[in-house]
Amino acid sequence: MYVYDAFDQTLVAERVAEFRDQVARRLSGELTEDEFKPLRLMNGVYLQLHAYMLRLAIPYGTLSSEQLRMLAYVARKYDRGYGHFTTRQNIQYHWIKLAELPDAMADFASVGMHGMQTSGNCVRNLTTDQWAGVAPDEIEDPRVWAELIRQHVTLHPEFSFMPRKFKIAVGTSQHDRAALRIHDLALQLVRNDNGETGFEVMVGGGLGRTPFLAKTIKPFLAKRDVLSYVEAILRTYNQFGRRDNIYKARIKILVHELGPEAFAKEVDAEWQIIKDGELALDDALVDEIAGRFSYPAYQQLDDSPPQLAEARRAARGFDAWLGNSVANHKVPGYAIVTLSLKPEGGTPGDATADQMDAIADLADRYSFGEIRVGHEQNLVLPHVEQRDLPELWRALAGIGVATPNVNLVSDIISCPGLDYCSLANARSIPIAQEIARRFHNLDLQRQLGRLHVNISGCINACGHHHVGHIGILGVEKNGEEFYQITLGGKADEGATLGTLIGPAVPYAQVADVVEDIAAAYLELRQRPEELFIDTVKRTGVEPFRERVYATR
Amino acid sequence: MTSPLEQKKIKVTGPVVVTANRVGDGAVVYSRADGGWTTALDGAAIATSSEGAQALMTAALDDDLRAVGPYIAPVKLSAGGQVRPGNLRELIRLGGPTIELPLPLGC
Repeated sequence: MYVYDAFDQTLVAERVAEFRDQVARRLSGELTEDEFKPLRLMNGVYLQLHAYMLRLAIPYGTLSSEQLRMLAYVARKYDRGYGHFTTRQNIQYHWIKLAELPDAMADFASVGMHGMQTSGNCVRNLTTDQWAGVAPDEIEDPRVWAELIRQHVTLHPEFSFMPRKFKIAVGTSQHDRAALRIHDLALQLVRNDNGETGFEVMVGGGLGRTPFLAKTIKPFLAKRDVLSYVEAILRTYNQFGRRDNIYKARIKILVHELGPEAFAKEVDAEWQIIKDGELALDDALVDEIAGRFSYPAYQQLDDSPPQLAEARRAARGFDAWLGNSVANHKVPGYAIVTLSLKPEGGTPGDATADQMDAIADLADRYSFGEIRVGHEQNLVLPHVEQRDLPELWRALAGIGVATPNVNLVSDIISCPGLDYCSLANARSIPIAQEIARRFHNLDLQRQLGRLHVNISGCINACGHHHVGHIGILGVEKNGEEFYQITLGGKADEGATLGTLIGPAVPYAQVADVVEDIAAAYLELRQRPEELFIDTVKRTGVEPFRERVYATR
Repeated sequence: MTSPLEQKKIKVTGPVVVTANRVGDGAVVYSRADGGWTTALDGAAIATSSEGAQALMTAALDDDLRAVGPYIAPVKLSAGGQVRPGNLRELIRLGGPTIELPLPLGC
C-alpha cells in the first residue's frame, strides 16, 4: 500500500471544499450547466441516462481494506448499494445525487480517495498490473513509477487541457496483464543487455472508432529519465495533437499521421532540452516514493502445504477454484487469489456494498488488508497464505465471488452499455448475462479454455471489444440493436486487433453466434491444448465466418 | 439508438416530447405544457410539429436551473391516448435498466 502524506491529504480535502462550493453555486443557479459541466467532469462526475455518475480513481488498482469499506459505505449511503469496477481499475457509482456528491466526496477524501482526473482532457488514473509487487516474473513493482508519474501529472497546469484524454499504463511482467498496447502511453519495465532496469516506451495506442496498438518509440529508457521523457511526450502531443476534430484528437492519430519515427524525433528534440533539468530523477526521490509503499511482513512458509492436497480431495469445487482462480506468488507459501465478479446472472464488474464489506474483512484476515482491481473487472487478494486457501474459498463462495471462471468464456469484460450510459447505442450487460447463461456448465467452459469475450455498447469501446478473443460491438440499425462480431483480438504482450467476421447480427442472435463460434473452435482446434486465440490465428476468421453465417 | 447528443436540427415526423435530467439528482424529467417538469411521461407536453417541438425546446433550454441537457425524444401514442417511449433508449430512461440490479447479500 502507498501511504499518503499530509500534502496529499490537504490536496484532496481542498478539492472537496472547492467542489462543495461549485455544487452549491450550481444548485442556486449561480453557475449554468455550461459553466458547471467542466468543473464536475474534473471530479469524475458525469450525467448518464438516469442519474449522475461518479467515477472514483483507484490509482494502479490498489485498495486498502479501509478504502474498500468506504466504497461500500458510499454505495449504501448515497447510491443503490453497489458499485461497478471498470476496465481502467476505477469504480463507478451510477445513481448518485448531485446534491449529495460533496458529502460522498468528503467521505472518500477521509481515506485518501477522489475523482480527480477520472474525466476530462487530462492524464487519467494510471493503471498497471493488478499483480504488481507479487507476480513471480515481475522485474520490480511498477506502482512506484506509476505513483511518481501520478504525482507529477496531478493538477499539472500544462496537462490539464490537452487535445483529449490521456491514459498511461505501467507494466512489469513478461505477461502483460495491464493491456499496455491499447494505452496512449505505456511504460514496460525491461532489462537491457547490461542487466540495467529501464522502460520500453510505447505510444499511440487506443481503441474507439479508430483503433491502434501503441508503437515502441524507445526500446530502453533509463529510469532516471522517465519523468522528463513522459513530459516530452505530453508536450509534443499538447503542441501537435489536433484540437479541431474530436475524432482525430487522441495521440494515436498524431502518431499514426506523423509516423512513430517522426513522432519520436519530435519527442527527442523536446527531451534533449529538459532531460538534465529538474525532472531528472535522483535515487533519493525514487527511494522516498518507494519507501511510502508498505509491503507485508511475509512469513517463511513452504509451497503446497498438506492442507491444500487434502482440501482438493475433499471438495471438487475447491479443486476447480484452486486451478482456476489462484496463481503463484513470488513468495513461497503465498498465493494470489482472483475474486470473480462475473457470477452467472450478474453484471460484470458489479459488487454490492455487502460484498465489498465482506471482502474487506477477508482482506484483513487473509491478505494483509490489501485488495487489487484488475482491468478485467475482477478483484484480487494479493497476499494469501496457501494454507488459508480452503477457508478463504468457503468464505468467498459464501458471498458469490468464487465462481471458477477466471479467463474463461463467462469472465466477460463489459461496459455498462445502454442500460446506463448516455453514449451507448446498444445494451452490453444483458448480452453478457445471456452468454454466461448459455455457458453455465463449467466443464464446457474449461473445455473451451482461455477465451476472452469483450463487449462494448458503442464505438467508444469501453469494453475493449477490439482486443477480445471474441469482440462484440453494439450498433444501431434503424432503431434496433445489432452487434458486430470480431475474432482474434488480444490485449496482452502479443496484442492484436480483432477481425470483423461479417454483417452485424440482431440482439437475439448474439449468444447463438458465440455458441456457434465456440462449437467451430472445438472442431477446428488441432489438439485440446491449442487455445481459441491460437486456432483463430492459425485458421483466420474464415471458417468461423462460414459457421456463423451458414444459416443466417 | 443514436445518441441525442448528436441531435443537430429539429425534424419531427411523429409525436415527440422534450426530456432532460433534473439538476439535483439527474432523474429523468419531461417538459410539461405549463413550462414545468414532470417525471411522469403521461404528464409530458406532446408536440407533433417541428414548430411545437422547437417551442418546447426553447422553453426547456431557458430553464437551466431545473433541468440539464434537454432534447427531443420520440414517443408513441396508443389508441387509448397513453404515451409510451418511442425507442429503447427512452424506454430505459423511463423504466430503468433492463437488468436486475444487484441485491444485498441474503436477498
